[in-house]
Amino acid sequence: MARAEPAVPGARVSPVAEEVAMETSIFRYIIRHSGRQQVFLLALTLVSFPFLYYSLDLPKIIINEAIGGRDFPKALLGREVEQIEYLLILCFVFLALVLINGCFKYFLNVYRGQLGERMLRRLRYLLFSRVLRFPLPHFRRMSQGEVISMITAEVEPLGGFIGDAMALPAFQGGTLLTILAFMFVQDWVLGCSAVVLYPLQMYLIPRLQKRINALAKQRVRTVRQLSQRIGETVSGIQEVHAHDTSELELADISDRLGTIYTIRYDIYRRKFLIKFINNFIAFVTPFFFFSIGGYLVINESLTLGALVAVLAAYKDLSGPWKELLRYYQMKEDARIKYEQLVDQFQPAGMLDEALQRPEPDGVAALEGTLVATNLTLEEDGGMKVIDGATFTVEVAARTAIVGPGGAGRSALSQLLARLLMPSAGSIRIGDHGLGGLHEAVTGRRLAYVGDNASLFSGSVRDNLFYGLKHRPTRPADYDQEGQLRRQAFVHEAAASGNTESDLGADWIDYEAAGVPGPEELVERAIEVLGAVELEADIYELGLLGTIDPSAEPELAGRILDARAVLRDRLKDPAMASLVEPFDRDRYAVNTTVAENLLFGTPIGESFDLEHLGENSYVRSVLDRTGLTGIFQAMGLKLAGIMVELFMDLPPDHEYFERFSFIGADALPEFQNLHRKAEAGGAGQLEEGERNMLLSLPFKLIPARHRLGLIDADFQQRILDARRVFAGGLPSDLADSVAFFDQDSYNGATTLQDNILFGKLVYGRQQSRQEVGRLIGEVVDTLGLRRRILELGLDSAVGIGGSRLPAAQRQKLAIARCLLKRPDILIVDGATASLDPAAQQTIMDNVFRDLAGRGVVWVLNRAEEAQRFERVIVMDGGKVVEQGSYADLNRPGKTFHGLAAVD
Amino acid sequence: MDYLDAVKVLQGIPIFASLEPSKLKLLAFASEYLTFEDGEALFHVGDPADCVYLIEDGKAGAYGEKDGREVLVAELGRHQVFGEMAIFRNTTRIATIRAHGKLDVVRIDGNMFLELVTHNPEAALGVMRELSEKIARAMEDYEEMEGRVRTLQSVSDIAGGVDEPS
Repeated sequence: MARAEPAVPGARVSPVAEEVAMETSIFRYIIRHSGRQQVFLLALTLVSFPFLYYSLDLPKIIINEAIGGRDFPKALLGREVEQIEYLLILCFVFLALVLINGCFKYFLNVYRGQLGERMLRRLRYLLFSRVLRFPLPHFRRMSQGEVISMITAEVEPLGGFIGDAMALPAFQGGTLLTILAFMFVQDWVLGCSAVVLYPLQMYLIPRLQKRINALAKQRVRTVRQLSQRIGETVSGIQEVHAHDTSELELADISDRLGTIYTIRYDIYRRKFLIKFINNFIAFVTPFFFFSIGGYLVINESLTLGALVAVLAAYKDLSGPWKELLRYYQMKEDARIKYEQLVDQFQPAGMLDEALQRPEPDGVAALEGTLVATNLTLEEDGGMKVIDGATFTVEVAARTAIVGPGGAGRSALSQLLARLLMPSAGSIRIGDHGLGGLHEAVTGRRLAYVGDNASLFSGSVRDNLFYGLKHRPTRPADYDQEGQLRRQAFVHEAAASGNTESDLGADWIDYEAAGVPGPEELVERAIEVLGAVELEADIYELGLLGTIDPSAEPELAGRILDARAVLRDRLKDPAMASLVEPFDRDRYAVNTTVAENLLFGTPIGESFDLEHLGENSYVRSVLDRTGLTGIFQAMGLKLAGIMVELFMDLPPDHEYFERFSFIGADALPEFQNLHRKAEAGGAGQLEEGERNMLLSLPFKLIPARHRLGLIDADFQQRILDARRVFAGGLPSDLADSVAFFDQDSYNGATTLQDNILFGKLVYGRQQSRQEVGRLIGEVVDTLGLRRRILELGLDSAVGIGGSRLPAAQRQKLAIARCLLKRPDILIVDGATASLDPAAQQTIMDNVFRDLAGRGVVWVLNRAEEAQRFERVIVMDGGKVVEQGSYADLNRPGKTFHGLAAVD
Repeated sequence: MDYLDAVKVLQGIPIFASLEPSKLKLLAFASEYLTFEDGEALFHVGDPADCVYLIEDGKAGAYGEKDGREVLVAELGRHQVFGEMAIFRNTTRIATIRAHGKLDVVRIDGNMFLELVTHNPEAALGVMRELSEKIARAMEDYEEMEGRVRTLQSVSDIAGGVDEPS
């Protein structure tokens, strides 16, 4: 593909100084990114040695010269000192040395930790940034689970190792050498005997380690596959249930866990074998000391004191030696992990970093003619998905791509969006080769929406504006403290080679959306939502949202106005029968006994419906109003009814969830309780059992459950209890309920409920629909729709947009593209999940919204192509026809046949 | 109407008569008790069917569609059950039902209805009996209608009149 472009904005990119390929070995990586820090660590370690040495040496001097010494006073620093004074001076020097050593150690540890964490951050960032540049087909080979496990878990131990990479061998090696030197000074024979087995160890251990390394590699791979499999099972969980394959899945996991177990067990065995050999050798050496040293002492060629000193020194020797061996294993482990990571993160065909990272000087509009020449896309096996496609279309025209399934329509549209890179051939748009364009051009001037567009967790608004967030456009406003935090962040980000872009800044490219600022963008967003027929859904979401009235007093006030208007409208007798308004002095038959008692919305756990009977304050209210006995009797009746109705249903039957007051788990308990009371009267029940019964009547809705249990007397008593409940509410429970109050906004419930201030009547089939319409009218009368839409924009879409139905997700994805005002919008089956009428409307609206811009639409039904100016007909990866609908829709043409099939 | 009253009514209806009392109670408990104003539609032709209705009190009219106008086909009265055909056949509604005057109905969940009457052989027999009854009635109606058409035809023949009705 042509890369040598004329100097046009967007194609001209500044070369990136760093990063061509990843370093092949971890040590190269360490030296490249932390060489200076490693040298500093090394130097500091060396500087710390004399202090360490003196702190080891001083005790000997204290004992031999200060405590056991004679000939005092002594001359010290040109002064005569007595023995006690001398001892004290040395002790304080010792204390100072201990302190200095401690400080060195602390500083070194912190520095190492920081270095390790920075390098870990850098590595993770590097890996993720490479993921963002992987060619799309690579994700068919590398699963989400694998990528996640590599970037999160697998790199973790590398951070720890990097901090130790240079300093640890230097420190422990230095210590080892110091001690060895000391031993050789005492006696060279003994010195030799201390190290005589080292060559054996140095020969044996790498050999054993080699096998461990191979196993470790295997372990990394299998664990990665395990996480991939788990990820796959989780996303395909429906299939598991729908096909009853849980046993198969368990067997699969068991098999994998078994493999991992075997590998790990093998590793353990070998690791401990190495340990055994090390330990054995460590204790064999004293054997030489005792035999050879003892012989020398008996022959009087070595003093006993020297032998004891050497033995003591040898004990010190084993510490550093062990540390060095451990380091060796750690190093091997890190080396393998790193190599495997590098291996995975260098797929062929990665997007050139220069085409993604640096912001180009300008983003040129795409215009003129799009020419595809001999375009070919080959899959892994050599299968040609697109095979020498050649065609020409005007950028600003409406182009349809049609063809039978498997003709390569979708692949072609992805090539046009540069989501795929062609294996051969090229696409030129005006003066630009598509392959050499910066992503700033392809990602801003082109828009692509596929048949299963992704949303990201966040609000509807976040997702809608996602396509406008390329770079920070306006810095965030920080106070003094925020400014400092930001500076610290930038400093650290730079130290780890991360981007310094501020997530808290405003990223929205208002210019791209054709609006001057945030206000107008919302206006435009609502317009676009209308175009994709999503406005009504977002409005619904808004109505079901909640607001904090103290944060938005103005909106809360207007909702209260709406409540008043609605109440007025409900005076119309036709509507009055659809809603039962909340009234402090009346019992509401269309809601639960619980809500009637609280006369408010519970906040948090305290007054939660399921546990209301257990709340001690509620119980005291029942006691005071003489309701306890009535509740227990009613609860007993309800228990009897529930036991009779639900006892012979299987425990997992949906009716439990839908209709029963008692869960399937608790039903047997209630059955026993009921039987006991039937036999001997309610008096037989223990207090705990009576309390269980208390919770049942709270769930009764008289208009819904026609059980005939709630009479006028009961209602009156509940009204009394309602007053008692509100009147005596302890201050610690004041925040646990939001009372219904005609004149105040209830922050605990939805906007819709706040406007309604009542309950939809059971027993009227149309109430929901009719009242919804009425609320809509009121909202419009008061000019509130816009605000509610905005609230809808703020509602969360869930992970991957899962809280929105598929059709709404697709519409949102199209809206997101429209908002960008692309030069060419490429629609690849994005409306397939919508009903035909909605597809038509949205297509019309998209054409209108993008008038004068290009639209490329992959059509499932060839007949629809008549609304496009140019039609490209695909078959078997080839462009078989191109032209206008009128030209192509003639007998003898492939297109004619396709259109006839519809 | 309380659910126990509904149970009594249901026990008098052939389709439900042979269900165990506890199942009938469950049906009655889980059902909705709806009220419709005069002329209000319970459902329209072509609506998806998800429930069966029992008229508790009042009258309802079943309407077919002809030339875009609603034509009254039959009138339903107290304690009659309707809407079960679409549930059995898993199709959309074939008629529009409107309240004639104030109408109280019990709306029985379609899935629960199916589950209860098909899991119980006795009840299934009741359903078969009821459906046979309906078919027989339809046959009778058909024969009667055919008879009437024949009579009409002979009358018109006698009158030497036209073949096509005007």
